[in-house]
Amino acid sequence: MEEEKGFLNTEKWVDNYADYMYNYAIVRVNDSDLAKDLVQETLFAGLKSAKNFQGKSTERTWLISILKRKIIDYYRKINSKNGQVEVRKAFYDNGERQGDWLEEAVPQNWREQPDKLFENEELKTKLNACITALPKKYRTVFNMKTLEEFETETICEELDITASNLWVIIHRARVQLRKCMGDNWFND
Amino acid sequence: MFKKLKITCDEATMICDKNQYGAATLFNKIKLNFHVIICKACALYIRQNRALTKIYKRHSKEYKAVKHFLSLEEKEALKVALEKYKNS
Repeated sequence: MEEEKGFLNTEKWVDNYADYMYNYAIVRVNDSDLAKDLVQETLFAGLKSAKNFQGKSTERTWLISILKRKIIDYYRKINSKNGQVEVRKAFYDNGERQGDWLEEAVPQNWREQPDKLFENEELKTKLNACITALPKKYRTVFNMKTLEEFETETICEELDITASNLWVIIHRARVQLRKCMGDNWFND
Repeated sequence: MFKKLKITCDEATMICDKNQYGAATLFNKIKLNFHVIICKACALYIRQNRALTKIYKRHSKEYKAVKHFLSLEEKEALKVALEKYKNS
């Protein structure tokens, strides 16, 4: 019986967990090909260390913990490679007017009140286009925080960033989104 | 006294953004309120940001409901790859 506790049914992994793992990954990396690769790597790693499985958690939890690790590794690698992603600037970043609005980014009045447009399909399309136009890292953090509504600590841990990092990204993403929505929807 | 309260537009909008998630401190909110007395652009940003938050919240429900699936072919390919890996 003792041995049975730590038993992994590797034959069934793909059928039982691949979709769940794929979903988990895609939310965190925002890229379907990369998510597929991560799922495959995780399954390989799972096979390799199957003998270490102690049956303390379920198979799925165990596989997800490996996947989590893989995602953190991925972010470690890209975080160190290119610290900052380029985003269209909205504020002067040095000189006398540092921190002031750049002329072209100053908010303008909108012709319509967005509150009334909740159900509008076209609005959704525009919003999706504006979110897609964000740099990948910004999009991922924005989506996780705003749409998935994850806790700040969870995102920081899973994407290997600090809390102040996260807020700077959210701030830049939202400033850019506001501009994009203004240009493409509320002011056209 | 006022010097401590003075912030730039970049900082003001940052506080406003944090506040959309309930994460701005009281002192920061005071600084923000002080800033918008003199800054029309940021006052407008705050109004529009609030409206956008409502739209995002709405969008969030649909976004969370979407599930991603691997195709049958992709799963078969994954099984083949695993089999290969096992025997290597």
